[in-house]
Amino acid sequence: MLRRFTLLGVSAEHLQSGSFEELALPLFDQLYNFAHWLTHDRAEAEDLVQETYTKALRGFSSFRQGTNFRAWMYRILRNTFLSSRTGLKATATLQLDLEADAAPLPETTDTVTPESILIERSNHHLLQEALDEMPVHFREILLLCEVEEMSYQEISETLTVPIGTVMSRLSRARAALRAIVRPKLQRI
Amino acid sequence: MACDSWVGKLDAYLDGELPAADTSALDAHLRGCSTCAAQALARVQMKRALKTAGQRFTPSAEFKARMRTQLAPKPASAWKFAWAFPAAALALLMLTVLLTGLSDRRSRERTLVSELTDLHVSTLASATPVDVISTDRHTVKPWFQGKVPFTFNLPELQNTGFQLVGGRVTYLAQVPGAHLIYQIRKHEISVFIFPEKALPSGLSPRPSEEHLAFHINTFSAGGLRYYVLGDTTPSDLDALADLLRSAASS
Repeated sequence: MLRRFTLLGVSAEHLQSGSFEELALPLFDQLYNFAHWLTHDRAEAEDLVQETYTKALRGFSSFRQGTNFRAWMYRILRNTFLSSRTGLKATATLQLDLEADAAPLPETTDTVTPESILIERSNHHLLQEALDEMPVHFREILLLCEVEEMSYQEISETLTVPIGTVMSRLSRARAALRAIVRPKLQRI
Repeated sequence: MACDSWVGKLDAYLDGELPAADTSALDAHLRGCSTCAAQALARVQMKRALKTAGQRFTPSAEFKARMRTQLAPKPASAWKFAWAFPAAALALLMLTVLLTGLSDRRSRERTLVSELTDLHVSTLASATPVDVISTDRHTVKPWFQGKVPFTFNLPELQNTGFQLVGGRVTYLAQVPGAHLIYQIRKHEISVFIFPEKALPSGLSPRPSEEHLAFHINTFSAGGLRYYVLGDTTPSDLDALADLLRSAASS
């Protein structure tokens, strides 16, 4: 009989774990940065972040405790972007690249040290240009891994793909980044 | 293992995602292989550079403030419709006069139901829920003599599915009363009996009420107020209330 009281307490879990604002506001700057990288436009990024927070707030009651809140927020943002006009345009030519996720990746053994030395000399502008030029699915996975420092598991939850796909796509994204950066460095 | 195999694992290693055994083996390899060590160093540098280059955009202060306002819990906007205050105040005053009596009554009912639910739950949670343990009404009823300022009849339960567990003295609004515990299909039901006149006025919930998934049934018989409360079905409570009512009038 007393168990009835425990069962009644289940709905109080959200209250115990903090409000939506407490959980979501600390992610605001990072989410905006990610949104701006995806949209390439300040106004669009603001709309995207605003829509993400509105959707997340509306769906917060269905957010399950124990799941990763950060990955949940990024997933909402990304899905909102992908269904937007800019997102649809950005992904229209991606299908072939995505299919190649599963293909084995040729690993280069040629040293990238000279590039890295130049990169370390704070040539951020060059790297930012390279990221801008990348297909959106490479850009987003690099940002989630390197900037947000998400684990493969978190990236897998955000992108809703298996961890194996996260690893292969990440490798391809890094290879693609090196391929874009190398000629730029040679021109310097 | 050849260098080619290790190079394939370098990214996972630097991302901290390589299994522990592979990590130790790769650590050892990197200490002895300058080619792979140079690769690892280059990738670490690329990771660091990307981390910095990727943190490129910051939201404007205006946008940030706007979002904070939108997300902050909204206080009641008291001044938004200030023009409507005089008319609303008059209507509110009239409504308040009309509703005060009703809400006071509902509030007293809620308090009563909460108190009875608390009594029920705390009694069952106690190590000694009853002071007189007996399934025999002829044992339980006399036990209350001299302990509560009234007497009452208890029903015969044979073939009803109900079983008397025992009783104890209880208090509601400083009024002593009898608290009996019955059982049906492993569900415990509390029956509270108080002299009606001694209870503060308004302490009678509706005949059938629900509170925190507990049901409560109440009736008055022979100057006594009976409350039947439990987590079993309302029909069980009604059946027990009927039995008690019949016994009270016999």
